[in-house]
Amino acid sequence: MIFARFIANDRLLIGFIAVLFGITTLLIVGNLAFAPGSALHVPTYVIALYGKYLCYALLALSVDLVWGQVGILSLGHGAFFALGGYAMGMYLMRQIGPRGVYAHPVLPDFMVFLNYKELPWFWHGMDMFWFAMIMVMLVPGLLAFVFGWLTFRSRVTGVYLSIITQALTFAMLLAFFRNDMGFGGNNGMTDFKDILGFNVQADGTRAGLLAASAIFLALGFFAARVLQRSRFGKVLVAIRDAESRTRFLGYRVEHYKLAVFTFSAVMAGIAGALYVPQVGIINPGEFAPANSIEAVIWVAVGGRGTLVGAVIGAILVNFGKTLFTGVLPELWLFALGGLFVFVTLFMPKGVVGSLPVWSSWLKRRLLPSKVDVPPPVTVQAGE
Amino acid sequence: MGLWRALLLALCLLGIGSVARAQSIEPALPLLASSSYSDIEKGIETLAASGHAHALTILQALADSKLFVGADKAVIQSADGKFTDAKSGQAAVNAQGLTAPRVNNRIRRAIDAAMGTLTIKSPDPAKRLEAAASVFKTRDLAARPLIETALAKETDSRVRRAFEQARAALILADKASDADKLAAIAILADRGDQDARAILAAVNDASPAVTAAAKSAVERIDSTLAIWNAVQSVYYGISLGSVLLLAAIGLAITFGVMGVINMAHGEMVMLGAYTTFAVQEIIRTSMPSLFDWSLAIALPLAFLVSGGVGMAIERGIIRFLYGRPLETLLATFGLSLILQQAVRTIFGANNREVGNPSWMSGAFELGGLTLTYNRMWIIVFSIVVLAALMVLLRRTAFGLQMRAVTQNRRMAASMGIRTSWVDCLTFGLGSGIAGIAGVALSQIDNVSPNLGQGYIIDSFMVVVFGGVGNLWGTLVGALSLGIANKLLEPMAGAVLGKIIVLVLIVLFIQRKPRGLFPLKGRAAEA
Repeated sequence: MIFARFIANDRLLIGFIAVLFGITTLLIVGNLAFAPGSALHVPTYVIALYGKYLCYALLALSVDLVWGQVGILSLGHGAFFALGGYAMGMYLMRQIGPRGVYAHPVLPDFMVFLNYKELPWFWHGMDMFWFAMIMVMLVPGLLAFVFGWLTFRSRVTGVYLSIITQALTFAMLLAFFRNDMGFGGNNGMTDFKDILGFNVQADGTRAGLLAASAIFLALGFFAARVLQRSRFGKVLVAIRDAESRTRFLGYRVEHYKLAVFTFSAVMAGIAGALYVPQVGIINPGEFAPANSIEAVIWVAVGGRGTLVGAVIGAILVNFGKTLFTGVLPELWLFALGGLFVFVTLFMPKGVVGSLPVWSSWLKRRLLPSKVDVPPPVTVQAGE
Repeated sequence: MGLWRALLLALCLLGIGSVARAQSIEPALPLLASSSYSDIEKGIETLAASGHAHALTILQALADSKLFVGADKAVIQSADGKFTDAKSGQAAVNAQGLTAPRVNNRIRRAIDAAMGTLTIKSPDPAKRLEAAASVFKTRDLAARPLIETALAKETDSRVRRAFEQARAALILADKASDADKLAAIAILADRGDQDARAILAAVNDASPAVTAAAKSAVERIDSTLAIWNAVQSVYYGISLGSVLLLAAIGLAITFGVMGVINMAHGEMVMLGAYTTFAVQEIIRTSMPSLFDWSLAIALPLAFLVSGGVGMAIERGIIRFLYGRPLETLLATFGLSLILQQAVRTIFGANNREVGNPSWMSGAFELGGLTLTYNRMWIIVFSIVVLAALMVLLRRTAFGLQMRAVTQNRRMAASMGIRTSWVDCLTFGLGSGIAGIAGVALSQIDNVSPNLGQGYIIDSFMVVVFGGVGNLWGTLVGALSLGIANKLLEPMAGAVLGKIIVLVLIVLFIQRKPRGLFPLKGRAAEA
């Protein structure tokens, strides 16, 4: 089997998938098989929380793919995430059907409220799951393709690219805040009832969504890993480290960038689609530029370019956020801001990237002067 | 307008034209003291006909029951209880031996009517203008004879025109000959504002000539109004552009000259705005008389606060990240979060009230435009800041060193320039200017911890659009973005206009990745 060929000699991939599925299975079993009150019971909010983290992890993975592998610092990946989320939100809205507050057979509540007479054209077909899922991937992918085609072709790089990706998500934020866009304006979409016929609030559905998140994260990790180890991936690293030289060697740099950027946007879109039913709401706030930058810092914390670091970073930072906002909400921004500064100044390789440094330091301390450990080969950070 | 109706009714009853015109108010006062209502009424008529400077005051006092009259004298009681002589306006001791005139509804009507006549006849041209404008608005047909007589005597050309316009409005609403109506249409077309347009658009006369004339007049007014609207949009655009210029100019230095992406730039602006707030708070509590000077005091302080914070950031963080622009971006974004939260913790999350000094509040009219003083001063201020910065860069030793470091850092270092100091000062300068921008923005925007975030993306757009490292580019970028925004606004709405502008910039960067005015030569490669 083709999977087997790729997995066979990739211990990182096997390990990652094993840990991911292990934890997920334990949580789901703990939630469903043990009654509340039992010592082994896992509360439902933990399931929802963990599912949310996995969606963030998938988003972080998509950011790491473009930033870590190709050196494109996108400050607009939140836009792709939110677009995927909106596509899923539209499907969930259509599933509500006549059970809305206004009990209109077709129109979602906010449309009735805003005096829509009929469904806008882009809402047609969104009641079918397969169609909505195609949109989840197609819309972010298409946007990324058009945007990337325009920018990479004219060789917009570095901070300029970062700034215009930020402008992109900012423009989307403004657009989705408009009521007459037909996406619910600043309230967004919420009050979802069910997905594929299952109640979104039910424990079983939540467990299913968590499992789906884990599966897609594993698939995304697998794809990214395959990409990283392939010939294609080597070219990407070459582009990251010496773009002009790679171009002069005859590679069509912009095609490589465009392919990865689009793929990564699709990944972010899927993450958004999984995120929405688990948190139960999607609104234009998801487009805020700060969200996209936050996703970048997850990757930086975990270790840029390491893939597994992106996942660990996303989970670590968001776990920290959950803790902080529960205990000292006003300190969270100080902590997050401080994290940005600390990581860029003192830990440019992130948690995972710094592991070899620490382990060699430890080895030298524990086994003095026995073997001469060569300094670890590290990827040069920066452009 | 009840007053007008009453006035005109009374006028018709009294037959105002037949009243003898006395220049003095002497004969009126004894009449007011009479016990007969018709005598009192006659006294009021006499007062109105006199056109005397004090007549209006006396009538007002009469209406307010503050007038006391005797056989040969009258006094008015002011709100604070003091008495003044009605004829001379000088202070009087008391109202002993005097009585308040008898008043009933008939008298009240007569007072209203007389007051209306007096405002049209008032010796003060501003009062007459007001009266004319009021007739123009209400278009009460019965006021016409009054307007005609006033017009015949009017000498002030502005008031005359106002009366003519009022009369024209009345003629169009009344029965009149075609020739009169055509003349009226011409007068209203000359006036050429929204009110005149509304009157003309409503004309639907039996005579086709009149209707056609009115229609063409409406078209003429429409085209002039369209021009004024465009001028107004351009002015608003320049105003927005000047705001963007202020916000972006500091960025043009830190990003343009040093190549440092400072995502905390907006927070420097915010710090400047909060400095203004703090200065005003101190002035309010300790020396309110200085309030008009608050901005002048806040300006250097804001420069120092933001500049100081900027220099600390450069020394503490950014200097370790030179040559790694993406990391700088992330670190400064983290800083912006910290600064926002710090300000939120100190000053609270709500908007803070920053007042306009008297010389910045209010508006004035210029042609068909209404210009507010605060916007105008900000335009002037942004030009001054830009000019000062140009002089600093081109005419001072520091500016020379700064440009040298920008163009060739290593060569500059070899020539003995302390490049790290120049970096620090340059960053401080850029941040300080952001602080100054904050003082200006505090006058037109909400002062909240999120103030800077609203400007950061626009500022970057300005700098990227104008071309990095070029102050002229920043000026052109800011103005064109501002004007484009405001011209698109009436067509597409504010939000959509902004989105269109953003998309246009993204497309523009495809064509010219280095902006309108790119740096040429080796510096551009760095």
